[in-house]
Amino acid sequence: MSNLGVIISLLVIFGGLTWLLFRSIKGREVDRRVIFVFIFLAVAAPILFPITFQEHASPVVKGLFDHIDNLPPGSRVLISFDYDPAMAPEVQPMANAISLHCLDRGHKVVFMSLWATGQTLLFNTLQDVIRPEFPDLIDGVDFVSTGYKAGNEGVLNVIVSDFKKMFPTDVNGVPLDSAVIFDEINSCADFDLIVALGGGRPGPKEWVLFVGDPADVPIGVGVAAVVAPQLYPYYPRQIIGMLGGVKGAAEYESELAHRHERFKDMAQPGLKMMGPQTLAHIVIMCFIVIGNVVFFRSRRREGR
Amino acid sequence: MKRTTYIVVAGVVLLFGLSWVLHAVSMSGEADGVARAFMITIAAFLTLAIYSFLYKDNPFYKFAEHLYVGVSAAYWMCQAFWSTIVGNLFPRLSEGLSNYFQQPYQASDWNITYWIPVILGIMLLMRLTQKYGWMSRWPLAMIVGTTAGLNFVRYLRSDFIVQVSSTFMPLLGEDPHGWQGFGAFFSNLDLSASGQLAAIVSNWVIFFGVICGIIYFYFSKEHSGAFGRASRLGIWILMITFGASFGYTVMGRISLLVGRITFLFRDWLEIIS
Repeated sequence: MSNLGVIISLLVIFGGLTWLLFRSIKGREVDRRVIFVFIFLAVAAPILFPITFQEHASPVVKGLFDHIDNLPPGSRVLISFDYDPAMAPEVQPMANAISLHCLDRGHKVVFMSLWATGQTLLFNTLQDVIRPEFPDLIDGVDFVSTGYKAGNEGVLNVIVSDFKKMFPTDVNGVPLDSAVIFDEINSCADFDLIVALGGGRPGPKEWVLFVGDPADVPIGVGVAAVVAPQLYPYYPRQIIGMLGGVKGAAEYESELAHRHERFKDMAQPGLKMMGPQTLAHIVIMCFIVIGNVVFFRSRRREGR
Repeated sequence: MKRTTYIVVAGVVLLFGLSWVLHAVSMSGEADGVARAFMITIAAFLTLAIYSFLYKDNPFYKFAEHLYVGVSAAYWMCQAFWSTIVGNLFPRLSEGLSNYFQQPYQASDWNITYWIPVILGIMLLMRLTQKYGWMSRWPLAMIVGTTAGLNFVRYLRSDFIVQVSSTFMPLLGEDPHGWQGFGAFFSNLDLSASGQLAAIVSNWVIFFGVICGIIYFYFSKEHSGAFGRASRLGIWILMITFGASFGYTVMGRISLLVGRITFLFRDWLEIIS
């Protein structure tokens, strides 16, 4: 059923594109709304009839994956959820995969957020992903959530030298002094790795500027696609690895499932999104080709 | 309003009302089933209302747009008040205020200097009055000055000094082994993305890309001859960079569309699991 659905969808989409090409060559205009309909079809069809592609981790994704994999168990990792629901479709799959990976490796994970909206998404990860997968892990010993703190870069400027000054308690109001996980953590410099997830301000860039470089802590980032090109210049010297957009998430999920037996059958929302992504990009490229063919034909006609 | 507008609005209200009832019935076993059904229906309505702009501007889009702006402004105002003023300031300022807002008073953190942001905050609000509006310039100057001072050192180090040093790449091989001659290079030839050949090519591209990009923006010399060719290569590098940025932006927007369509199909229409 699924394969039949895929074939019919592809026939409809590419048949329609061919019809548009001939129509355009004849000199008829294509309404912009027709383009929206094709993009909708290209995204909706693979959601209804899933198409999955194989993904292999690129060096920039592997950099972060290998670093987490190679840290000795018990290492302290800070993961910051600095994003909102608008970025969640891209960043949440990364957040889930990285959190699972860290906890599976036996690292002690501290979760926090510089965005008010990030706290709810952090709660979702803890409740829907971490709790069911690791029911035996103890809050305050194996992981802790300090929640959201207002202050943007000001928070980073303080926690780089004194973490508990900004976060005296965890998200439930329990003093961090009583949390075992914080026995050897005084500042951000005491973390073995910081993973900054987001795409706005404050976000991964501010983590590099205010914490990574001054405290010399390895920073890994997972970012919304829109800001990924701005962070590439920091790789590999200032950030150890980067997950850019849903492609980065898919590569990380694929690597996790490939290298860790436990996650072989886990949900892979990032990988699932690559079907609609691929088809939508092909349709966009087809429209670019159609536009160019029509443009050059009309120019040649005008030249005569 | 025209009669057809009334009919369309009534039809949409009826459709989404029916959706709410159907969802509420299917969720009747859950504790907050009716409320959840309402939220899903409203979310579906707002999603479709926003996307309806792609067809043409219409009252549903306008309603969703205004609602979004209003809710966002209200949300961030409440967040700022409760997290910054109540959560950060009051516990360090006054026991009475802390108790009133049921926040734990942090007596050890009390400091008279915390009154400075209170005064500056009040001065900032003076902008709302015509007579004392001038007072808001002082805290504004303070904000601009502090931000500039705070960022200056960070940006100078991370975005300038380290970036300049990162541009000086080892053109004949990466650490730790570096270049060990053609024999070793060809006998250990690795064509993968993480191999030495890819690293060398990448480093050359970064080195020449930066040089040519800078040349394009250097206008004190005529762009002719070898200098002109480097400048033209610079513009190509810039165009490829903008293309990559645009590609990433498209990917981000498609991801959002995937997220919304998944919501509509899974949570609202329940046609996928």
